[in-house]
Amino acid sequence: MTTPVLTQAQGPAHTRIYAYGAARGELVVPNDDLVGPIDSSDEWIRQRTGIVTRTRAVAETDAIDLATAAADEAIATAGIDPALVDLVIVATISNPRQTPSVSAIVADRIGANPAAAYDVNAACAGFAYAVAQADALIRGGAARYAIVVGTEKLSDVVDPTDRSISFLLGDGAGAALIGPSDYPGISATVWGSDGSKADAVTMNATLTQFRDGEVPWPTLRQEGPTVFRWAVWEMAKVAKQALADAGIEASDLAAFIPHQANMRIIDEFAKQLKLPDTVVIGRDIETTGNTSAASIPLATHRLLQEHPELSGGLALQIGFGAGLVFGAQVVVLP
Amino acid sequence: MALTNDEVLGGLAELITDETGIAAEEVALEKSFTDDLDIDSISMMTIVVNAEEKFGVTIPDDEVKNLKTVGDAVTFIVSNQS
Repeated sequence: MTTPVLTQAQGPAHTRIYAYGAARGELVVPNDDLVGPIDSSDEWIRQRTGIVTRTRAVAETDAIDLATAAADEAIATAGIDPALVDLVIVATISNPRQTPSVSAIVADRIGANPAAAYDVNAACAGFAYAVAQADALIRGGAARYAIVVGTEKLSDVVDPTDRSISFLLGDGAGAALIGPSDYPGISATVWGSDGSKADAVTMNATLTQFRDGEVPWPTLRQEGPTVFRWAVWEMAKVAKQALADAGIEASDLAAFIPHQANMRIIDEFAKQLKLPDTVVIGRDIETTGNTSAASIPLATHRLLQEHPELSGGLALQIGFGAGLVFGAQVVVLP
Repeated sequence: MALTNDEVLGGLAELITDETGIAAEEVALEKSFTDDLDIDSISMMTIVVNAEEKFGVTIPDDEVKNLKTVGDAVTFIVSNQS
């Protein structure tokens, strides 16, 4: 008797992003609405963060609703039958219900049931992580069409009296539809983590401590200067490596879309990369705020709306945040 | 060759001017970065990283918190030059 030979999955040689979708919280929250409890001012926030307003969701809207709206748009714009989507990856850190996953519910709502679905906890690098996985899983033959979403309702995990991070944060979701391609549309991902800096961006307590009455509702905190140094100078090395691995130079880029953490980080980051003036930089943070996993696809969606000529160009995207974790890759803009 | 206090002060003043626009002559040893020069934490970190490169020293995040005045920074840099 001969041993049967297994069939292993094999996918297409290349993948690309077909389309983006976006959903932002319904409320536009100006700095003046937040300055009281942190004894601050509109000018202070603008100077340190570049943020003028952030979008936040109403009580009835959750991260699943935002993710669904963004995914629906990406699918519609791509012109793909949602029934063909067989993989849904959602990056999020702020859904207050740990299980079931956001992704399984989103898959059902968008008409992709019974797609494989799981959530990714990689904070502000979540979207880049999810893109890396969708790309690999499609090229490996595990899926054909993937919806990748970053979604956050961070307003549920902020403390109005916190001066470290809360006033930066907003709510929103960004989605991308990824599928097979005739040409390379997603470069190798440079990604990693540094858990020795786990305290640099973190929830300030656990849910069990909250349950036991030891602490108030847990919220996010960060060590701003430490994160700033890491986000600019360490991440500049990662960004340069991503360009090298993609086989391109900074001058080949049409756009640079870093995680929208803080405008000062974006400005210094661009300076370190010595980007030519021709490279358009995502600066969605000014009006949307920092939306963690959602910020890169939201910024990309906006750039494509404001600069349709970027279509077909190369964009370097890099996410970095709590973990600490980071992920960067170059994509061809749809 | 190790730099003197005056040389480090002069170099640091250049970095501070580049980052903040503060005139170099305003940068004196007794000045507080936050209270006198009004340098915020993000600008401070940019100056620190540029100072590391310029003077060939390592200034850990925990140490940055102790550098309250320009003099603190000059002393740290001079005593930690390789």
